[in-house]
Amino acid sequence: MTASRRTWLRGLAAAGAAALVSACDRIAGDPAVRAGLKGAERLNQGLHRVFFDRRTLAREYPDSAISPDFPANGSISPGDPTYRALAAGGFADYRLIVDGLVERPLALDLAALRALPSRSQVTRHDCVEGWSAIARWTGARLAPVLDQAGLKPEARFLVFHCFDTLDPEAGEDGRYYESIDLVDALHDQTLLAYEMNGTPLSIAHGAPVRLRVERQLGYKHAKYISRIEAVADFSHISGGKGGFWEDRGYEWYAGI
Amino acid sequence: MQIFNAHPALYTGEVSRFDAPWLEIGARERGEAMEGYLRIGGREFETTGVLGWSGPPGEAEKRAFPAWTTLPGYRSLATGRNWHLAAAWGLGLGLAAYLVGGLAGGRLRRNLVPTRAMLAPRAVLADLAAHLTLRLPKSGGYNLLQRLAYLAVVVLVLPAMIVSGLAMSPAVHAAAPWTGDVFGGRQSARSAHFLGAGLLALFIGVHLLMLVLHQPLRRLRGMTLGVRETRP
Repeated sequence: MTASRRTWLRGLAAAGAAALVSACDRIAGDPAVRAGLKGAERLNQGLHRVFFDRRTLAREYPDSAISPDFPANGSISPGDPTYRALAAGGFADYRLIVDGLVERPLALDLAALRALPSRSQVTRHDCVEGWSAIARWTGARLAPVLDQAGLKPEARFLVFHCFDTLDPEAGEDGRYYESIDLVDALHDQTLLAYEMNGTPLSIAHGAPVRLRVERQLGYKHAKYISRIEAVADFSHISGGKGGFWEDRGYEWYAGI
Repeated sequence: MQIFNAHPALYTGEVSRFDAPWLEIGARERGEAMEGYLRIGGREFETTGVLGWSGPPGEAEKRAFPAWTTLPGYRSLATGRNWHLAAAWGLGLGLAAYLVGGLAGGRLRRNLVPTRAMLAPRAVLADLAAHLTLRLPKSGGYNLLQRLAYLAVVVLVLPAMIVSGLAMSPAVHAAAPWTGDVFGGRQSARSAHFLGAGLLALFIGVHLLMLVLHQPLRRLRGMTLGVRETRP
């Protein structure tokens, strides 16, 4: 007992000394440490997938719970010329592209999108920064859209390409994008939302179409969607981590 | 605290009422200079250099908690979250192992649950008086206040930290909404998580203070090497 405690203490003392000698920030930047932290992220995701029923719905609230003041984060007024032109025309020329590993690529205008099976839900939006707000979201359920396009068997993820450039200094890699797996894509509450609180999406909140993927943090809910690409793997896209914020260190699985 | 810095305000209820946080740390211009402030309820305290506005001369910046309290020192919510969510496993598994071991071996009941004799009014007063005058009993197991403090931390504060942490996860909340409901909503859970962390810091601080006040070397030897303490 005493011997093992001594060994343990010696290890602890060595670790403590290491922490003091080199700055905490250098440890935090060490690739091995970062890999260890990423391991915890995969563990969290794995446990959520194992223990939580994939069909579990996020809580829905009464209309009286809708937040009077719902912040808009990330891009709030994209300056990208293509987007500006579409917005100027009231999105009449907008086409949502669905392609990649699908049998029948789609190009849906807003009328076609509105004609698809829809859902309306009052849900809570949780930002990674820590705040929450509630709104009513109405949109086309993603699953029927995918049925119409016909996912190929090798498709494992959906990549949402967006109109907005959030980091202009990063060039083409500064464009916003996100990705989800098929568990979330086929979930009942996953929507291509075109209305917020009963009116068409404002530009600040992602007009004309944004993703709602309840049970995940705000940055997953991509705004200004231009194209949905079905892929087997997203490592070749932009920074390779599956999203704008993921490329900048945030978790791909944003369920926590 | 790195994570708190991303949105340095706390609310009650399910969602954020942005115009009415009960606690807020911020910075604003005061003449030529910047000043940091802490606002709790209706009261405001100037905290320049520590809360709201801090950093080396010439490089001070707007940040709720100063660099020396956050991991990493520079501003990175992403890395802070990585550390936090990995370290949470250490807390959860450590507490689970402690509780399983303590309950199975009867140590929790023997060492932490106050005995009937300790709860007699006269004994309670004597223990309080001993603490207030810092004349602490030399040995003979944990005294009443120690037991109550340890018990509160082990069965109340630490579990509450874990549940309030889980409540903030949108995936956990979807599967187990009670995690948020027991606190009165997600933003209340976030507040509880923050206050709980403060309580734990206070507990550790008092703990270390008591150690320093009370035969530190002998205690350290008992805690670490397992050498049984003997009456001097």
